[in-house]
Amino acid sequence: MGAVPFYRDPKLRGLLLQAVLCAAIGLLAYGAVHNAAENLARANIASGFGFLNVTAGFDISQNLIDYSPQASTYGRAFLVGLLNTLLVAGIGIVFATILGFTIGIARLSKNFLAERLATGYVELIRNVPLLLQLLFWYNAVLKALPEMAASIVLPGGFILNNRGLFTPRPLFADGGQIVAVLGGAVVAAVLFNVATARVERLQRAIVVRIAAIVVIIVGIPVAAFLAGGAPFAFEYPEIGRFNVRGGSEVLPEFVALLLGLSIYTAAFIAEVVRAGLKSVSPGQTEAAQALGLRRMQTLRLIVIPQAMRVIIPPLTNQYLNLTKNSSLAVAIGYPDLVQIAGTVLNISGQAVEVVVITMAVYLSFSLITSLVMNIYNARYALVER
Amino acid sequence: MDAQTLTVSAEPTSARAYVRATPVPAMAPPATTVGALGWVRTNLFPSVGSGILTVLLLVLLGWIAMWLIEFLIIDAVWTGSDREACLPTAERPDIGACWAYIGDRFAYIVYGSYPIAGRWRVDVFFAMLAFGTAWLLWLEAPRRDIGSIYFFLFLPVASFVLLHGFESIGLPVVDTALWGGVTVTIVVAAVGIVVSLPIGVVLALGRRSRLPAIRLLSTLFIEFVRGVPLITVLFMASVMLPLFVPDSWSPDKLLRALIGVALFSAAYMAEVVRAGLQSIPKGQYEAAHALGLSYWQSLRLIILPQALKVTIPNIVNSYIALFKDTTLVFFVGIFDFLKTIEVARVDPKWATPVTSATGYIFAALVYFVCCYAMSRYATGIEKRLATGEKR
Amino acid sequence: MTVGAGATIPPPYSPPQAGEDRSKHPPPRAGEGGTAVEITGLHKWFGDFHVLADINLTVGRGERIVICGPSGSGKSTLLRCINRLEDFQRGEIIVDGMVLTRDVRRVDAIRREVGMVFQHFNLFPHLTVLENCTLAPIQVRGMPKREAEERAMHFLARVKIPEQARKYPNQLSGGQQQRVAIARALCMSPKLMMFDEPTSALDPEMVKEVLDTMVALALDGMTMLVVTHEMTFARQVANRIVFMDAGQIIEVNEPAPFFANPQHERTKLFLSQILH
Repeated sequence: MGAVPFYRDPKLRGLLLQAVLCAAIGLLAYGAVHNAAENLARANIASGFGFLNVTAGFDISQNLIDYSPQASTYGRAFLVGLLNTLLVAGIGIVFATILGFTIGIARLSKNFLAERLATGYVELIRNVPLLLQLLFWYNAVLKALPEMAASIVLPGGFILNNRGLFTPRPLFADGGQIVAVLGGAVVAAVLFNVATARVERLQRAIVVRIAAIVVIIVGIPVAAFLAGGAPFAFEYPEIGRFNVRGGSEVLPEFVALLLGLSIYTAAFIAEVVRAGLKSVSPGQTEAAQALGLRRMQTLRLIVIPQAMRVIIPPLTNQYLNLTKNSSLAVAIGYPDLVQIAGTVLNISGQAVEVVVITMAVYLSFSLITSLVMNIYNARYALVER
Repeated sequence: MDAQTLTVSAEPTSARAYVRATPVPAMAPPATTVGALGWVRTNLFPSVGSGILTVLLLVLLGWIAMWLIEFLIIDAVWTGSDREACLPTAERPDIGACWAYIGDRFAYIVYGSYPIAGRWRVDVFFAMLAFGTAWLLWLEAPRRDIGSIYFFLFLPVASFVLLHGFESIGLPVVDTALWGGVTVTIVVAAVGIVVSLPIGVVLALGRRSRLPAIRLLSTLFIEFVRGVPLITVLFMASVMLPLFVPDSWSPDKLLRALIGVALFSAAYMAEVVRAGLQSIPKGQYEAAHALGLSYWQSLRLIILPQALKVTIPNIVNSYIALFKDTTLVFFVGIFDFLKTIEVARVDPKWATPVTSATGYIFAALVYFVCCYAMSRYATGIEKRLATGEKR
Repeated sequence: MTVGAGATIPPPYSPPQAGEDRSKHPPPRAGEGGTAVEITGLHKWFGDFHVLADINLTVGRGERIVICGPSGSGKSTLLRCINRLEDFQRGEIIVDGMVLTRDVRRVDAIRREVGMVFQHFNLFPHLTVLENCTLAPIQVRGMPKREAEERAMHFLARVKIPEQARKYPNQLSGGQQQRVAIARALCMSPKLMMFDEPTSALDPEMVKEVLDTMVALALDGMTMLVVTHEMTFARQVANRIVFMDAGQIIEVNEPAPFFANPQHERTKLFLSQILH
């Protein structure tokens, strides 16, 4: 058998192809960087991340950490934006999950109306672009709220108008009380878990559980409050002539973004939940019922644990989508990471660095989610032969 | 032992032996369990709790339906020339949707700022696109392979010549900054659709390749693009692309957005195609190779046809997402359909309390109809494929 | 263990064997007679399709009934009506003296006394074998965990796989899974056990181990309703054989005369098809 000519040998061809491809990409990259350096030099824009220490000079309408236009840097502005993104994404995930699970379960209901309405919701929301929905919520709904003078006052001291939602703000005498309240909540949660674990076995579990909840969750924080010293007060918002004094403000941009994201993602979560519940074979429910388990028990012990295995991976994908979709905040002026990045880019001109930072943040989100998913899959996969 | 024949009776049988003498006569089920009454009973009122839910939902549904009909039809204003037509007056305190406003701005919504004299070119483009789409989507159409060439090769070139213009054949050039509205949305969607599938297939094959460099590059590209929001990809295309090319090129704004959308969509399409490729049993690859087909031949003749057929529903879903994503070119200054609605919305000539809602509802209806039609098509294909599998 | 060809069919109740302690796990109340299941004039429609027509059947305590017939004859549906996995439109079912109604509590009470073994096992894959067996006693009968586990180990030993207790169902063979399913049903101390084609989904070499388990159960005096195609099992263990076709009961007889001398045309046809 003679030697194979090099252009027919698959291995060599493969190597050659890869070499050519890498060379081509290398050339392209070199060309691109070279051009970029030229263009940037011509525009007098320095490269590198040093610009992050420059004073920002622009205001941000919602900041969870201290920020001032005169004293804070671009870097800090990015941080504020990141926190705003996490805030709206976090709360959005909670709302979307609750709504999504409800609709998903309703789609499997035997009640014709419930199933049809849920299906209608899903079809409508999934087939209209998210940006349109956001604009709708912001411009057509929230902007249509009354002016300052005609604000809606809700029970509990909440004030609602087209400048936002104003809530009573809890005043703490000192930081220690916050710790006491939070600590009390943590202890309560732990004790609740312990108590309900034992309560599982008893009949009439519902009544005992409710009693446990009331005693533990209300009692311990109350005790913490009393132990912390002076009881705290609320600062209530008051309608002034042009402004609301006191209280905390929730931006209409935030509310619109939260509403839009939650409602949109809930439709997708509903489909994921429906697929998960359907994936559990009906024989499982029959076996459980034949053993005498009641409907709620069957759901809780047999159907949902098995469904969750199928639900969790695409569910986390939807959470990731929600986080990425929060970048649409730019359209309605909510100061999330992308919106602030856009502002920084416009003012400083550091296009490459700004885009790199933004993409790096979102890639980290994706990466972390993937890692968590892999760990979850490894641990909870059904044990097979 | 003699078998005792018992007549059909209502008494329980504990006899040691029994033989049925006469078959049971045909009987109809009880009236309350079949027909309309039965359907209502099982589906709406199977239990007390469910019955209450039905009543509540009927009330909710009725309330929503009434509000919609009032707003969209009864109280709506159909004709008029400016905001006076849609403002609430003493005689008409409740104004519904201001359709007159949509009618007035309709040309802008469809053509953007395209010169009026050249609008016929946009119409021809729409017609050609519709023809090509129908040819490919109608599964029984003749010579669909020619249809593919028409759609993927001829149509893009012809559309570019028509819309952009070509001096030498007498079509004046129309700058892309003037394009707007439905035209732009369709252009972006069409380009995305036409480009993302081939690139997606290439990327998917690359990701499954045995050559490590190719696999690495494909995977990196796909995961990178899928990990970031589309808006950042558009920003990158819009802001960074001009930096990376020599100053003399200065790529067109629309072109930058198209590149961004196409690459983004291709990455997601790659995953869809990859899933399809993975679902083909290994035996198919082995049989193709055993027959002596080369890598590219087996791909073209055996593997890809099957993979694509299986993933058509997911491909269409990807296209639906792409269609919705065209709205994001909003952020890089391209006047797509949604942006024209936004611009029209703040037109002072039509400033009324209902203008915003009307504009958005109109846009929502258009998008909903298009996307829903696509998803029904996907479901239809899925069902047809499923019956093909049944014996 | 198989019952030899020459042995007589065991009577409904057998006295405890020497040295056997039944105080902890008493068999059904045999010797008192009484009926386990009484079905009167049962009709079921599925839409317009008459699935079950005029079913009349009484099952005495300790009795073993085998139901056979061509597929689509409604055999499984009949079983599933008894524990109300399926609904019926006309007629009456009385289980262990309780009338089966739509009342949820009555249905639950009946399901506690009726055990069911499915063709496809339907074990809970996310629970271990032991947890599969202890789930219902803990959740439904309120049994403390330790007692439930003792009970489960006892029944797993009865079906001869106590060593598999900590494994997951997907790690067992089909025959082992079905035996776990039997043990799981037995852990609820049912008065009646129903088997819906228990060996139809098994590979041939595993059918015997499941049938042996069922025979042992029969010899212990359990009331059994079995839908099956295994005619040797029927011959050995059944007190009566019920032949159903097209939703109606066609013929009922004791095994010997049933196989030797079928009376009805359709019974003859069916037997000629399955006994070759």
